[in-house]
Amino acid sequence: MKKKVLSLLLVTACVLSMTACGSKKEADTSDSGDSAKKETLIMATNAEFPPYEFHEGDEVVGIDADIAAAVAEELGMELKIEDMAFDSIITAVNSGKADIGAAGMTVTEDRLENVDFTDTYATATQVIIVKEDSAITGPDDLAGKKIGVQLGTTGDLYADDIEDAEVERYNKGFEAVQAVQQGKIDAVVIDGEPAKEFVKDAEGLKILDEAFTEEEYAIAVKKGNDELKENINKALATLKDSGKLDEIVAKYISADGE
Amino acid sequence: MLQTFQDKFYQNFIEDNRWKYIAEGLGITLEVTFFAVIIGIVIGFLVAIVRSTYDKTGKLKILNVICKIYLTVIRGTPVVVQLLIIYFVIFASTDVDKVIVAIMAFGLNSGAYVSEIFRSGIMSIDNGQFEAGRSLGFNYVQTMIYIIMPQAFKNVLPALGNEFIVLLKETSVSGYIALQDLTKGGDIIRSRTYDALFPLLAVAFIYLIMVMIFTKLVNMLERRLRSSDH
Repeated sequence: MKKKVLSLLLVTACVLSMTACGSKKEADTSDSGDSAKKETLIMATNAEFPPYEFHEGDEVVGIDADIAAAVAEELGMELKIEDMAFDSIITAVNSGKADIGAAGMTVTEDRLENVDFTDTYATATQVIIVKEDSAITGPDDLAGKKIGVQLGTTGDLYADDIEDAEVERYNKGFEAVQAVQQGKIDAVVIDGEPAKEFVKDAEGLKILDEAFTEEEYAIAVKKGNDELKENINKALATLKDSGKLDEIVAKYISADGE
Repeated sequence: MLQTFQDKFYQNFIEDNRWKYIAEGLGITLEVTFFAVIIGIVIGFLVAIVRSTYDKTGKLKILNVICKIYLTVIRGTPVVVQLLIIYFVIFASTDVDKVIVAIMAFGLNSGAYVSEIFRSGIMSIDNGQFEAGRSLGFNYVQTMIYIIMPQAFKNVLPALGNEFIVLLKETSVSGYIALQDLTKGGDIIRSRTYDALFPLLAVAFIYLIMVMIFTKLVNMLERRLRSSDH
């Protein structure tokens, strides 16, 4: 019996010391994150969102990746990109696992409750993708339809509000596009630029002319980390003035809007 | 502290009726698991019969080869990949209910494992039992039904229960085909509230409870069957 009690105490002590270590480590990283003088800037993104971020070879490239790299350069830091599910990005930024979240992310009220956003660096639209022979011609026709979205995106949030619509939430945007192509769903609501990329590669699909909504992309930083936010805003302003920002966008999006 | 706890709880489960994602997801998970288990048992039973008949008598050669291929393919590939193949490749051009896709994928997958469990049970029964049955005038099928199977079933029950626990938890990958099961329900809440703690813990807790109830049921059945030992 005594032995049992002793071993139990030992186990408790072990566990306690482990958790103590764990929390200390966490505190350390968040400290260095706040100071913004750390060597690496960790960016959380979902690299299945061309042209904003996508895999090319073993690297993640795209507008967000290039802008973040330019910002990191302005700040004298080195950029490290972490690829994850879109709905995990804010949690990652929130918990200090990443310093910034840049993933074509629109500023919404719900998101603002959990993270801070920098100034916007791009405007975007939510568009509707349908089959070429579809009877759907605009957002009003979506009521009661089967709509595919990527989980956690603004398209998901909007689709939620559509009357009687059945929303299917895919983990990846292209999977939703594939589903509409195979006739499993009626339409996809997704960001405009990725939509162009997806439709370009997929046969028999079109993007409706009438956009769903207009919105603005920004970079997410941990709530209360004003120093990093200000630094990024300054860097973004510099990039805007020098024309570098437009240069990056033009590199990935052709100017004629096609 | 308590206040933030309450706020978080409200935000994750009460606001916008978010608990419905969990409740509806639980329904889907149970539905998929229930039917997948039935399909798994049927397929597993048939495959095990074919395989052990071949082992014992050398008959059903071609069926045995087919069963072996099925086992190799299903056990050799991850269930997520099988699920995606069934949804995006096999049913490529049709709109099929995703619940049915999931039931098929998990049922087919489980069948492969269940068949090996059944087979190990059949093979575990001493050959003397088989010979005794035959010498008493039972034919092969009768010996199987009246002598071998009842004993084999009792032997494999723990392993079988284990397989169904694994199956129940494996259905958590249904979200890959945008099926809103329990895990996906938690993910949707997470994507709305950006809180990892509550949705994940709630989902984990519900799986845990389900597995505990199921384990209890299997144990009861085991005890019941064991009472005939005396």
